[in-house]
Amino acid sequence: MISISSYVIVAAVLFGIGTLGVLISRNIIILFMSLELMLNAASLAIIAFSRELNVIDGHVFVFLILAVAAAEAAVGLAMVITLFRNKETLNIDRFNLMKW
Amino acid sequence: MDLTSASINFSIIYPEISLLIAAALILVSVFHKSANRIAPYIALIGIVVSIAMIFKQWGHQESGFFGMITCDSFGVTFKLIFDVTALLSLLIAHRYMISKGINRPEFYALLLISTMGMMVMANTTDLIVIFLGLEIMSVPLYVMAGFAKRSLWSSEAGIKYFIMGAFASSFLLMGIAFIYGASSTTDLRRIVADFHFIMSNSPAYMLTGMALILVGFGFKIGAVPFHSWVPDVYEGAPTPVTAFFSVGPKAAGIAALLRIFIFGFANVMMLSTVFWVLAVLTMSVGNILALKQNNIKRLLAYSSIAHAGYILVALTVGGNDAISAAIFYLVAYIMFNLGAFAVVTLMETRSGCKSDFSELVGLAKVHPYLAAVLTLFMFALAGFPPTAGFFGKFYIFSAAIKSGYIWLAVIGMLNSFLSVYYYLRVVKTSYFDSSDKSFIPVKYSLSIIIVLVITVIGTLGIGLFPQQFLNWSQSALFAFL
Amino acid sequence: MSEYLFLVPLFPLIGFLINGLLLGRLPRSMIAFIACVSVGLSFILSLFLFFGLKAMPPEIRIVEQVLFNWIIAGSFHANIGFMLDPLSAVMIMVVSGVGFLIHIYSIGYMRGDTGYGRYFAYLNLFMFSMLILVLADNFLFMFVGWEGVGLCSYLLIGFWFEKKSASDAGKKAFITNRVGDFGFLLGMFIIFWQVGSLNFTEVMASAPQVFVSGGVLITVTCLLLFFGATGKSAQIPLYVWLPDAMEGPTPVSALIHAATMVTAGVYMIVRTNVLFIMAPDALMVVAIIGVVTAFYAATIGLAQNDIKRVLAYSTISQLGYMFLACGVAAFSAGIFHLMTHAFFKALLFMCAGSVIHAMSGQQDMRYMGGLKKYLPITFLSMLMATFAISGIPGFSGFFSKDEILWKSFSSPFGNYILWAVGFITAGLTAFYMFRLIYLTFYGKERMDEKTKAHIHESPKSMTVPLIILAILSVIGGWVGLPHLFGFTNNFEHWLEPVMRKTNQIIAARRINEAVGETGIEWGLMIATVALVLISIYFAYLIYNKRTELATSLREKFSSVHKLLLNKYYIDEFYGAIVIRPLIYFSLFLWKVIDVAVIDGFINGMASSYDDVSGTLRTMQTGRVRTYATIFLAGVVIIIAYMVFY
Repeated sequence: MISISSYVIVAAVLFGIGTLGVLISRNIIILFMSLELMLNAASLAIIAFSRELNVIDGHVFVFLILAVAAAEAAVGLAMVITLFRNKETLNIDRFNLMKW
Repeated sequence: MDLTSASINFSIIYPEISLLIAAALILVSVFHKSANRIAPYIALIGIVVSIAMIFKQWGHQESGFFGMITCDSFGVTFKLIFDVTALLSLLIAHRYMISKGINRPEFYALLLISTMGMMVMANTTDLIVIFLGLEIMSVPLYVMAGFAKRSLWSSEAGIKYFIMGAFASSFLLMGIAFIYGASSTTDLRRIVADFHFIMSNSPAYMLTGMALILVGFGFKIGAVPFHSWVPDVYEGAPTPVTAFFSVGPKAAGIAALLRIFIFGFANVMMLSTVFWVLAVLTMSVGNILALKQNNIKRLLAYSSIAHAGYILVALTVGGNDAISAAIFYLVAYIMFNLGAFAVVTLMETRSGCKSDFSELVGLAKVHPYLAAVLTLFMFALAGFPPTAGFFGKFYIFSAAIKSGYIWLAVIGMLNSFLSVYYYLRVVKTSYFDSSDKSFIPVKYSLSIIIVLVITVIGTLGIGLFPQQFLNWSQSALFAFL
Repeated sequence: MSEYLFLVPLFPLIGFLINGLLLGRLPRSMIAFIACVSVGLSFILSLFLFFGLKAMPPEIRIVEQVLFNWIIAGSFHANIGFMLDPLSAVMIMVVSGVGFLIHIYSIGYMRGDTGYGRYFAYLNLFMFSMLILVLADNFLFMFVGWEGVGLCSYLLIGFWFEKKSASDAGKKAFITNRVGDFGFLLGMFIIFWQVGSLNFTEVMASAPQVFVSGGVLITVTCLLLFFGATGKSAQIPLYVWLPDAMEGPTPVSALIHAATMVTAGVYMIVRTNVLFIMAPDALMVVAIIGVVTAFYAATIGLAQNDIKRVLAYSTISQLGYMFLACGVAAFSAGIFHLMTHAFFKALLFMCAGSVIHAMSGQQDMRYMGGLKKYLPITFLSMLMATFAISGIPGFSGFFSKDEILWKSFSSPFGNYILWAVGFITAGLTAFYMFRLIYLTFYGKERMDEKTKAHIHESPKSMTVPLIILAILSVIGGWVGLPHLFGFTNNFEHWLEPVMRKTNQIIAARRINEAVGETGIEWGLMIATVALVLISIYFAYLIYNKRTELATSLREKFSSVHKLLLNKYYIDEFYGAIVIRPLIYFSLFLWKVIDVAVIDGFINGMASSYDDVSGTLRTMQTGRVRTYATIFLAGVVIIIAYMVFY
């Protein structure tokens, strides 16, 4: 029997990887993937807790979260397309028109 | 999920539904060739119907959807706040969108859906529903920020807001997961019921969860250090969208913070310290960074950070006085901040204007009324009597002093002195500066005049009759769940 | 009835908003119409309220209306509330009635002015503030009106602001008033500190328990309030602004600086009579300041050549009488004189305005004379007013002034010295007023030909108010016919409910002092009348019959004349004693303290904030990844603190 803490650790590690991905990657697409990873890490934690606590709610929540993630991804990718049209690059650091 | 109260009770979400129907109608009408023209009117009708529904809910205390949606005076008050914000933003936006050639119907649908999301956020005690509401609110906001697709500024604002927003949402969701893990529920009412038990059972999960949730909403209201997106997004987004950003999501964030941290996780010592630090940082950084801005939108962005700081003071203090002061402040802030943005939007509908300070020069000579109105809003933002801004700050700081947070009040007051400098700089530029470039006159439109009249009346009215509004915001706390 | 109270000030406010916001874009007739109708409505409503109040039994003649709580902060309450009692009923009738007539008069007087809309907007704003002042049910709200009338006075004195003397006079009035206001504020603070409320009814009810009668605290409070009153009502030492206030348009002088605003101080003291009666020392000060001001201003009035300045000093002098009345605890006599004075002094100013109007702006009486046949209506009205102010028996001023003089003699707080000074002042008053009449309307026509060709009686809109006020100046005093003539003095009777506590205290004091006898009262009255008649005869002699006498007298007493002409050099005195040191001191503050110390500090602060701002800005790189890093740092710190602390 794998204990709950193992799931939580896996989720936390995934979350950490996602966070680092956001901080490190310059390519917007990879950055999006990292964001998805963070959301999925949270989903994993919720599912694990749901099983552990024997409360079925968590499963439903994960479906909701998946829907949210899909909406975000759709909007995000649409934005990437407009960005690329405007500037012909997907390097996030190049988008620093506004500062200070 | 509370399956015992087995009713759906649609009547409690009529205001949300009317917004949603209006949004759906607009999206369907896209295929019609005059959609551009009718969309704002559909949105207007939707908001007005929604406001009417809100008045029907006034004073009721119900819940529905198996306890996942509540309807209490606190939530209804916030629904009204969101609707008024949406209404004013809509009126501000209309002429601007036409003049910039981006008057597409979906904008109005997004505005309505986002407003609906805020309502969901404020009218539930369930963390997952709050998260859903937050996402319903945010996803349209990302699109709205980048609505001027051809503009480098707007699309950059959109992507920045999107990345940071999704980043913050993930933290929030992780926080909710931890709370869920510790308490086996996401319903705040049930968490409150066994709070001590849960806290002693799994303190680490609970505290981490709280911290992450705080971060998630701190991001939405622009609290330092989660504020960095604010100036960039405010500057880049189309100005009416900025106006909406500066009040709508902020009010929703405050509503959620109040529900979660004042009602839910009350009396956690560490939290109050964290709030204290956040409040001080937010006020100070917002004001200090505003000092050197030369773009009015960016200046107002930093100023909105500072104002979030003042509201955080009220959240730090807690207690009925402070919370009603916070709601009072929020209403007042909506009035004068939207008013200020209406003026800025009006200025920006002139061709080739980017809201730079130099564009203000000569305003008082060409448009004395507009300059006077702008001055009024700046005075209100700076907190001069007899405007609404003065009493907002007065109530917050006096609540702080009464509860013993002397230093917090002192820092807050010093900050508001500091802020006078940059607000008055706007006034000074529009009245006393001169330049060789001649001032391009602005063209008024009926909708913007309506907004200015409402906001001026609001700013002065609240300032002249503060007690009435304080009583009203106190009544919002009645049966606060 | 109470639910209509707020309408009284509301009407002029609406007038102000319409005329003020449209900045005079309306046609002139419309502007005048709105302004006059708004005040007229207030007047009609005041009449109804008065009769409504009269229909109630005397004991319960007090009507309050609280619109809402204005500010609540801890134990501090301030309401937007109105109170109608016999006193404020009289005041609103006088204010709105005289105000209405002066609005009508202004239509003609200001006809050619470019600032027509602005003028009427200010005038309406003034009416609004003044009605707030008299109707307020608490000190703070009264103070709002008090400041409001001060502001309007400033705006209207400096109405022709392109003239430097006018804008200077406006500033002088405002600053002098601010000095007095400070006293008023301090007095108010003490009251709140001691009583815990600012509501008149509550303060008056609990004052006898809270304050020790005759104690230091109550005396100081009353003196502070009185200091506030000296500013608004132009008494020594703060009277200097009123003569200069004549720079404003003449109807303004009539309304604000004669009939209404300057009497606010008297009203305030009568309103707080319960406090003053508990502080006999303060009352003594009030009486002395009042009578000295009355005498002093009358002597200055003897030598002035500007027609409006004579009237200005006369106003100060008459206000002195009112304070004398308050000081001897004859509060209702003070209000009585306030009312009759409002009629005849407003009339005098309006007549003077009519004269100036006819003389193409000439105000110097040395260049007038013989106007009687050109301006018959003006002349007759002015004569009525002059009879009234001089105290010719039967005219309104006679009854009120005589009552004050009698009370200053007979009241337990009065004495014969106060009476004697007041008595002499009555003679002086008659003298300088008839001097004005003779110089203006009789004798040689001393104006130049061009002006002379231009002389004409004023238009109807100006003469009709004159006639109405002339009638009031004659009969206005008949509401308070004295006991001496076998009447019941209705006016005193009417105000009785307001003075109930005061009257009890006076009655208690009177037991061991001689009650005034009717024989003495007759004697004193006849003496006064005789003195007045003699003074008039002298004026006739010097300024009409044998005009060379005036010159020889002037030469004989040249030093005295010069002293009087220059108003005892009091402006120069203030300049040397108060203003110059203040300027030096403020120069010191400016150059040394402000520029070197404070500015240095502030600039240092500012530049350091600037540096901080510059440094912090560099964190705002515009790169999302930096933002996410800052964000993450925040998260880590918060979690670390929360979990591991």
